[in-house]
Amino acid sequence: MTAIRTEHLTHTYSVGTPFQKVAVEDVSIAIGEGEYVGVIGHTGSGKSTLIQHLNGLLAPTSGKVYIGEQDLWADKSKLRSFRFAVGLVFQYPEYQLFGETVYSDIAFGPTNMGLPPDEVDTRVRQAARFVGLSDDKLQKSPFELSGGQKRRVAIAGVLAMDPKVLILDEPTAGLDPKGRDKILGEIREYHQEKKNTVLLVSHSMEDIAKNATMALVMNQSRLFCYDRVEEVFGRGAELARMGLTVPQVSRVFLDLASRGLDVDARVYTVEAAAEQIIAKAAGKGVAK
Amino acid sequence: MIKDITIGQYFPGRSPVHRLDPRVKIMLALGYIVILFVAQNAWGLGLGVVAGFGAYLISGIPLVMILKSLKPVVPIIIFTSVLNMLFVEGESLFHWWIVNITREGVHTAIFMSVRIICLIAGTSLLTYTTSPIALTDGIERLMGPLKKLRFPVHELAMMMTIALRFIPTLIEETDKIMSAQKARGADLETGGLMQRARALVPILIPLFVSSFRRADELALAMECRCYRGGEGRTRMKQLHMGPGDFVASALVVACLAGVIALNLLVK
Repeated sequence: MTAIRTEHLTHTYSVGTPFQKVAVEDVSIAIGEGEYVGVIGHTGSGKSTLIQHLNGLLAPTSGKVYIGEQDLWADKSKLRSFRFAVGLVFQYPEYQLFGETVYSDIAFGPTNMGLPPDEVDTRVRQAARFVGLSDDKLQKSPFELSGGQKRRVAIAGVLAMDPKVLILDEPTAGLDPKGRDKILGEIREYHQEKKNTVLLVSHSMEDIAKNATMALVMNQSRLFCYDRVEEVFGRGAELARMGLTVPQVSRVFLDLASRGLDVDARVYTVEAAAEQIIAKAAGKGVAK
Repeated sequence: MIKDITIGQYFPGRSPVHRLDPRVKIMLALGYIVILFVAQNAWGLGLGVVAGFGAYLISGIPLVMILKSLKPVVPIIIFTSVLNMLFVEGESLFHWWIVNITREGVHTAIFMSVRIICLIAGTSLLTYTTSPIALTDGIERLMGPLKKLRFPVHELAMMMTIALRFIPTLIEETDKIMSAQKARGADLETGGLMQRARALVPILIPLFVSSFRRADELALAMECRCYRGGEGRTRMKQLHMGPGDFVASALVVACLAGVIALNLLVK
């Protein structure tokens, strides 16, 4: 089952003015249900524009977007219901907090969905639990919290809508390593428990390697490839030409392969790399 | 989309009009207004129209932009025209009930309309061809003498510059916050007046919070670079008058002289 599908999606900004710019060109992808997709690309490669099409915030200049089997733009009055099905967490989401309390801010989405109050309450508490916010924080003002906590509140605000597809635009930007691991861990847990589809936009190849099963690479407004993570990172040389890096382990193995060593360059986690090295060493009989 | 709002309608270019010293350009725009009001007959006003038109041609600003600048004043033009037509006394052209349209009324209406159109188009040319920063710079320098009266000229100019600088930033920010709240199902398009006003709260609060944050950061950054007001402050971009400025000034003065001459010659 596909969760989201685009057909020849093209978006041009400021059509008919001197500032006209094609941001997304002819992108056709089908993202399967339950996938964890890493979205990679340079600044200005069209990632942000692309993901804003997936919940109907931007209308395609040409092409189609399907959520499940339904055409997103077929009926404009239904657009809002699609926004609940595809949750989008923007970059620096802590800047959109407005609620008097953390609770009311997280409840904004589910309330807009028209859910009964007890259902809203369950969702808020569940979402807060997912992002590791303790109950006593719920009655505080979001503006009293620390930066990392604010961001978790904002993410919880989207999680509380229980979207079938969750899209996060660089949710770890500007956080310290501990904060980023925490947020990524929470998202991973959420993904595993809810079995929904997650799209994670990130500049960190390590984060993608650690979490995602599929990788979507955008380059100069076009889709470069959409494939399994190991296949994508196996094309390290091409990625490097676009100015993107691959995880450090992949880089080492790509280098080894280019020097004629018989290794599988599609490796992208330290664990898999270690296994390969051990296997190699054992095969040659040099293992202790 | 909110991004399409143009504030500060600067059209970048390298025409002779663009290159004029902003101080001179402001004074010339004032001079042009004087010309329009000195003109007493069709010939004089015609000269003003030709001069304005010529300036647009030299500047390379698309002529459609004239129409765009006139859009907001259309009601005023219609209003004054109607008033003039109805209440100027003279030879009657059309009479019905209490409505009495006179030849003089129609004449005055057309004359006033052309005058207002030229006024708006002429001053718009100033903002089309001068970047907002250059404009505030020019205003600051022109108001320089007021410093003697303890009028805070520099502070005022700095505030204008900062405000202008942050308009695009805040528009972008508003756009982003709107998208983010829409993604959470905020409904901004439907509902009655009260409902819509309430729907703005989730947008205005984050916008205010971030404006204060930005103001704080900017103040800190300015202090870090030892900003302490206008006293003894020098400029990176000095304003210099060039030959073009003298030519343009001469043209406007000649035009004004022409209009006065036409006033005297054609009765």
